[in-house]
Parts: sequence; structure tokens; C-alpha cells
Amino acid sequence: MTNTKNNFFSIIRPGTNTTYQDLGRKNLNHIGLPVGGAMDIRNYKLANSLLSDDSETLIEFAYQGPLLKFNGKEVKFAITGNVNFKIIRSKETEIGECYRSYNLKDGDQIDIISVLNSVYGYLAVEGGFQTDLSFGSSSTNTNARVGGNNGKKISNANQIILNNKNSNNFTKKLNYMNSKIEYIRVIKATNYNYFTDISKNDFFTKEFTVSKFSDRMGMRLSGPVIKNNVSTNIRSEGIIKGVIQIPSDGSPIIMLSDHGTIGGYPKIASVISADFDKVSQLPPGSKIKFEEITLKDAENLYNLYNLETQNLINQINQI
Amino acid sequence: MIKNITNLGDTALYCDFGDEVNSEINSNVISVFNILKDEKIEGIVNLAPSYNKLIVSFDLDVINYQKVRDLIKNLEIKKKIEIENKTIEIPICLDNEFQLDLKRLEEITKMSTSEIYKIFFSKKYFCYMTGFIAGMPFMGDVDIRLQSKRLETPRIKVPKGSIGITEKFCNIYTFESPGGWNIIGNTPIEIFNKNKQNQPVLINPGNKVKFYEISKTEYDKY
Repeated sequence: MTNTKNNFFSIIRPGTNTTYQDLGRKNLNHIGLPVGGAMDIRNYKLANSLLSDDSETLIEFAYQGPLLKFNGKEVKFAITGNVNFKIIRSKETEIGECYRSYNLKDGDQIDIISVLNSVYGYLAVEGGFQTDLSFGSSSTNTNARVGGNNGKKISNANQIILNNKNSNNFTKKLNYMNSKIEYIRVIKATNYNYFTDISKNDFFTKEFTVSKFSDRMGMRLSGPVIKNNVSTNIRSEGIIKGVIQIPSDGSPIIMLSDHGTIGGYPKIASVISADFDKVSQLPPGSKIKFEEITLKDAENLYNLYNLETQNLINQINQI
Repeated sequence: MIKNITNLGDTALYCDFGDEVNSEINSNVISVFNILKDEKIEGIVNLAPSYNKLIVSFDLDVINYQKVRDLIKNLEIKKKIEIENKTIEIPICLDNEFQLDLKRLEEITKMSTSEIYKIFFSKKYFCYMTGFIAGMPFMGDVDIRLQSKRLETPRIKVPKGSIGITEKFCNIYTFESPGGWNIIGNTPIEIFNKNKQNQPVLINPGNKVKFYEISKTEYDKY
């Protein structure tokens, strides 16, 4: 795959969980593959929009990002999320700003030091990255070994190859601050009535804490134990992103992008689509509460979420 | 055929075909799954059939719950589509290193290893659904004499290729994965192959599976 004519990044430090992602793959739940794709779709879209209008593959990183050295002809890149990074050039080091495109010259380095008060950040380059596709998508699912980099996290052994594209874009910028979610809006799910009245009440009134056992598959919460008075197991059946399962220990698990496609724990509720991005960005230790809304409200809020994303894309300016 | 439809979150329909798990109800699930797959309704982005349920996911940018529900209710579900009734033969190696839970099964079933295997190999298994991890088939029904619960503490890592049984079901771990089924052997066959994009999974819902024994020497040749 290495083509010496293409621009590439050599990897000085891969970061803790660095993968290629796009918007995922459809119509494969029945063989056991979830949609996958970027955890924070708005930030994925903003990163691409800062460089072009195309939906390209980009690099998603979590907590500590990679340290990359650029090799080749000048190219632009942008980082989105809530990310602390710097650009190390031959003569100077520049503190990076998210939501702004930068030029990279041969030998420059991007040091993605950390993600602040969130989990995921995104690195996009002009023209996108050259990656493996599985079922038409580069989204890396490390459980099924599908997607970019042969289904594995990016490691020191790899090289990140860029598609060739001339750098003739203007430098662009967006003023945007991510906000953190405190109330996660949910719709009751199919096994809501499996739980005791006290636990149903606790679920919607008490505070939960995001545990460290959270990843691209799901997010575990701790808090009041949610007690079941019917059965702690159901016949295994299909599940989707956002579903909140309650296993026998009574601690909720929210299904995220790389969830197992089948689950056997009762489902108490399901996170609305408009809140997926912000839920994915909750770091361990975050305190949250659940708020029940109707399906109609969830649909309206999703339309609003889409409008907001589109407004942000429209606000991207040349500088 | 569908007894009840509700929503699951804001992007899916939860279609209930009844409480029982048997091949008739499961055939109904697979029939509707096949019909919807062929209809290619705009906005439907995923179908997840299981023993007695079908989850229909849709793209909220294109369509919503009420519209998909109306479409499915008006869909003429004629007679059952004949499900391809093919039998797939799967080799299993019973070498000691692969019999992770045989001691436990001997205790639970009060039978010897050879009796357990004789019963296990004596029938074909029906694939009810595929999933959890990519390509994993959920098959049944295991003979009542072999039925046992899951491990109390699931393994953090079940080796790839492991054949597991629990209650009236058996499965194949298509990837190394956490899991709590009783492991009785291992297959060298690649059940999920991402490079076969049109048919990545060897065992599909509705298929039958016949297991047969191979030696470690044969296993190592795969």
C-alpha cells in the first residue's frame, strides 16, 4: 500500500485508541456487524467541512492522540473536538486551535497531547486518508477486524498514507465550543416494565456516573442499582445504538457505535439520536441524569440537531 | 405473522412474532426479514432478525417510525418464502486443549465424554440467527440431556473457533470474544470472511448445520 509519491505521516506515538473512521456501514446487522463509524458525528462532519465538502475518512483518537510527522508536499489539516495539540515546525512550535485549518510542510509534526473534558477528537486532512475498506466503509471495528488498517488500531508499525490532493483551499475557521451533556434524553424501551417502581423512579431522578469501563462498544454507568422483578435475562434479540441495557448487576450499559448486534439483557430505555454525539463524549467520572421524552419530541430534536450542524457548517469562514 | 410492533428508540421498529422460540416462529421472522431485504425500502438501513423478533432500523434523515410502521403493516406478507434448506458441514476438533468445559458438562449431565459427543453429533442444528459478534450463528435445539446453564463467571477471552453450548442452543465463536457458553471443541473453519463481501458469513439463519469430528492432525492442516 505504501506509495512513495503520496504524502504520509510517520507515527512517532500512536495514541491510546487511534482509528480510521467514516460514517459506517449499513445493512449488515443481520450478520453481526453494527453500523460503527465516528462516535461524534457532528465533529466528524465539521472536521471534513473545514477542508472540503466531501465525507472523507478521518482519524479518530481518544484521550491521548498521536504524535505524527508529516512527509511530503504541503497539505492542510484540521482538528475538531476539545483537543489540546501543537504543531512543531522547524523554526517554531505553535499551539493549535481546534476548528481551524492549518498548512503542514515536509517535516512538520502534529502533537495531539490530550482531549480535554471529553473523549474523542478528529483529525482530517485534505483529500482524506488512503485506507482499507470493508463493505464500502473505512470505519475500523477492532472486534470484527474490519475497516481501516485491517481492522486494527493504528500502531507504531503503521504509516498513515494520504490521498494526493493539491493544496489550493483557503484557510478556514469556525467559532465553536462543545458543551457537555448533563441530562440525557431517552425514550422508554421495550422492557421498561421489568423494573421495580422504585428503580423506575430512581432511573429518572437519581444521578449516574460514567465508569471507566467505557469504549466504542458501550458505556457503563454506576449509581443506584436498577432492580428487576421479572427476569434479568431475555431471549437474545437485536439491539441498536443508544439502547440502555440493565444486566443482572443493575448497572446500566449504553450501547455505542461498535455495540454487539444482539443482546440478552432487558432494555429500560433508549437514548435519542440527537444526544448520541454528546453522550459519546462523556469521560469517566461524568455525572448525568436521564430525562424521559416522547418519540415525537425525539424526532423534532433530531431535526433541530441536524439544523444546528448545518448552521455550523455554514458559519465556517475563510480567514 | 407479526404480533405487535412498537418503537425501539427513535430509529427502529421492534417487531414481535410471539413469545416462543421454535423453528416455526423463527421461520416467520426470517420470511419477513427476507421480504424486507428484497423490497429495499428507502430509509431502512438495517434488519436484525433473532429467535422471535425483528428489529428494523431506519435513517431518521429520510423516514420516521410512523411511516415505516405503516409501510410494514401494508406490506403484503404472502405465504412464507421457502427458506433455503441447505445443510452445512462443520468439522470440530475435540482435542483436550479445545474441551474447555467438558469436565463441567460431565458433572452437570452425569454422562461420559463419549456419550456427550455421541448425542451432540447425532443431529443437525437449525440456525436461528447470526450476530452479537460478526458471523456468530445461534443454533438449536441441543438435546435436553446436554442442556446446561452458562458459566457463572464468563470467560474474558473465548478462543476463536470455539463451539459452545448453553440451554438448548449452540454457537461458534467466530472471533476471540468474552463469553459464558460451555466450550466443547474448536473448528478451524473461517465462519466470517470479510473479503467475501457478497456472502461473508458461512452459516445464515434458516440453514442447518451438521458437525463432524476431525483429528488434531487434520485440524492443523486447515
